[in-house]
Amino acid sequence: MSKDRIDVRKTYKLFIGGAFPRSESGYSYVVNDHKGAFVANAALASRKDARDAVVAARKAFPSWSGRTAYNRAQVLYRVAEVMEDRRPQFVQAVQQSEGLSGSKAEGVVDAAVDRLVWYAGWADKLAQVVGNANPVAGPFFNLSTPEPTGVVAVLAPQRSSLLGLVSVLAPVVVSGNTAVLVSSYERPLPAVNLAEVLATSDVPGGVINILTGSAATVAPWLASHMDVNAIDLTGAAGDTALAAELEVAAADNLKRVRRAPAAEPDWTLDPGLEPMTAFLEIKTVWHPMGV
Amino acid sequence: MSIFEYAPAPESRAVVDIKESYGLFVNGEFTPGGGASFKTVNPATEEVLAEVAEADAADVDRAVKAARKAYDKVWGPMPGRERAKYLYRIARIIQERSRELAVLESIDNGKPIKESRDVDVPTVAAHFFYYAGWADKLEHSGYGTTPIGVAGQVIPWNFPLLMLAWKVAPALACGNTVVLKPAETTPLTALLFAEICQQADLPPGVVNILTGAGETGRAIVEHPGVDKVAFTGSTEVGKAIARAVAGTDKRVTLELGGKAANIVFDDAPMDQAVEGIVNGIFFNQGHVCCAGSRLLVQESVAEEVLERLKRRMGTLRVGDPLDKNTDVGAINSAGQLARIRELSDIGEAEGAERWSAPCELPTSGYWFAPTLFTGVSQAHRIAREEIFGPVLSVLTFRTPSEAVEKANNTPYGLSAGIWTEKGSRILEVAGQLRAGVVWANTFNKFDPTSPFGGYKESGYGREGGRHGLAAYLKGGQA
Repeated sequence: MSKDRIDVRKTYKLFIGGAFPRSESGYSYVVNDHKGAFVANAALASRKDARDAVVAARKAFPSWSGRTAYNRAQVLYRVAEVMEDRRPQFVQAVQQSEGLSGSKAEGVVDAAVDRLVWYAGWADKLAQVVGNANPVAGPFFNLSTPEPTGVVAVLAPQRSSLLGLVSVLAPVVVSGNTAVLVSSYERPLPAVNLAEVLATSDVPGGVINILTGSAATVAPWLASHMDVNAIDLTGAAGDTALAAELEVAAADNLKRVRRAPAAEPDWTLDPGLEPMTAFLEIKTVWHPMGV
Repeated sequence: MSIFEYAPAPESRAVVDIKESYGLFVNGEFTPGGGASFKTVNPATEEVLAEVAEADAADVDRAVKAARKAYDKVWGPMPGRERAKYLYRIARIIQERSRELAVLESIDNGKPIKESRDVDVPTVAAHFFYYAGWADKLEHSGYGTTPIGVAGQVIPWNFPLLMLAWKVAPALACGNTVVLKPAETTPLTALLFAEICQQADLPPGVVNILTGAGETGRAIVEHPGVDKVAFTGSTEVGKAIARAVAGTDKRVTLELGGKAANIVFDDAPMDQAVEGIVNGIFFNQGHVCCAGSRLLVQESVAEEVLERLKRRMGTLRVGDPLDKNTDVGAINSAGQLARIRELSDIGEAEGAERWSAPCELPTSGYWFAPTLFTGVSQAHRIAREEIFGPVLSVLTFRTPSEAVEKANNTPYGLSAGIWTEKGSRILEVAGQLRAGVVWANTFNKFDPTSPFGGYKESGYGREGGRHGLAAYLKGGQA
């Protein structure tokens, strides 16, 4: 490539309902790499974009939650496959975003793809691990099974731009929830790349919606939105004032809240079940037994 | 041949000994409260039963400190198998004193003795037995073995002792200690439970019982020494609690209101369905968060169902809670009666047609005849708001998908009922209903092993069963 060539600068868009709209506000913001050099422009999501994303997520919920668990596993595994195909792009995005060496960035991408594969496999096992039959004292069949909570707003971590992103997104959608995710503000490129992966894999439009922009600006609208069922505040880690404000807003319709940790966790650790069970409802069905 | 008349069959009050006044149960002893005292009345007669202490902020602080000390020094470190034995003791004493508890519950709450005797108190004992057995098996729960600490628990007046058991038994089994506030209008069985804790030699401070009203509850929820809040009550207060704990590390479970759909398909077993509708809405005077307060009946059988339902409602015996024949007792308080009347009047004003079972109501006390409304639309307030009384709103549907859509058209999601002989339809509809408990061809069944709790604005967390442990263990997801 000639050094004289002027590169084509990119202005990335949002990912809502399977399409790539620009922000309704018309605003975008500059994304720099860790050294402060210009990388791209990203769309600056607005309140209206957040609301559009919720509409898309709600529309996608019945079909996504109604699919067989096996099918959801297949769809998520396919996302991992497409990510694997695009490794160089993700490695570059992680390097630019997080300032990691090439080999460390490779390691992050490895871990992110592996995490997605791990979560994909949970789709058809969760009900067996977190549900159970209940031996009631009477002639009744009685079974408790997990179901998805609904539309989940996810504030992706600000620092871990890919592994953290996958680690908060996959557990939400694997069980049948649909997601509206707000990416890291300063490090949105891996999320943008992931949106492109999602658009070319089998994830139905609206199941995962990705907004780039400021959590502090967008999240209050999601936290108070009456058609959002739950919110993951991980992206507000360390910002106790914002986290508390969002938790108060979330009480308007009693959203399930996954609280913000004091600091971003070590994403390489085994996540356990909690990231999934935080967005599940247990349903118990009774029926009499007799002839 | 004339119909046989019922002769009264009153349960004796002699088995209970109600004191003139009651203090707070803190650190194993009854102590005076710092606040003003209040009276608890028998809602069936308006007779004042006792004067009860009101806990103020200093009392709450005292109780939380006692609970913390007991948690740190005694209950937390105690091996699970030993905690279990205390819970087994309590369960046994509840069984032994079951008649006393049932009569006291009916006097203070207004519910028929038939229900307090056959449902509430046996289920209370069963709940303690069930969770006693978990205390030394927590490593198999899926939520680890580490308790959370001091639990602040606030319970409602509709099932005073049963709600206490739902809160206290799992908390103690997991190694937590508790500060519990019974409802203002129904404190007496909780205070008798305090005596039972003494009788069982439960170490001081493990269970603390503070009587009072909303302010006392708020002080418990907001006390910085409380690690876990468990609340059963209105959605409005539930939201206030969720706001109050925002930004803290407190864990919360909320079991709130409901507006359950009871769906009757045209192929339902009709006799059972009618019994189920009656049980769904008139059990406990309809003071049930999971009551089947919206009857959704398929259009083709609506006329037949209504005719049978009215005939059955006409045979319900409304009156003295202590009479063993009584089906429907007293409304718990003047305030609740006013709310039921107000919403029922609004139902009429909005255009629904009101029908009440012909029955004679006692002249003193708080009473409301079993009532149903037909011609109810989804927009009517009686179809949307929780009435928490013996009032049924009847709507119709044509197709299963319309039934599901109407059933889910509510901010609540606690329970639902399905009546049909077709198994595949039950499973399909049960899967589509956004509700935590679905009763198919039955209604209002409760069991200690069976998790209970809601979707959406009916709250979060589950009580009962293995899932109920999650609320009281660090490794559980609230």
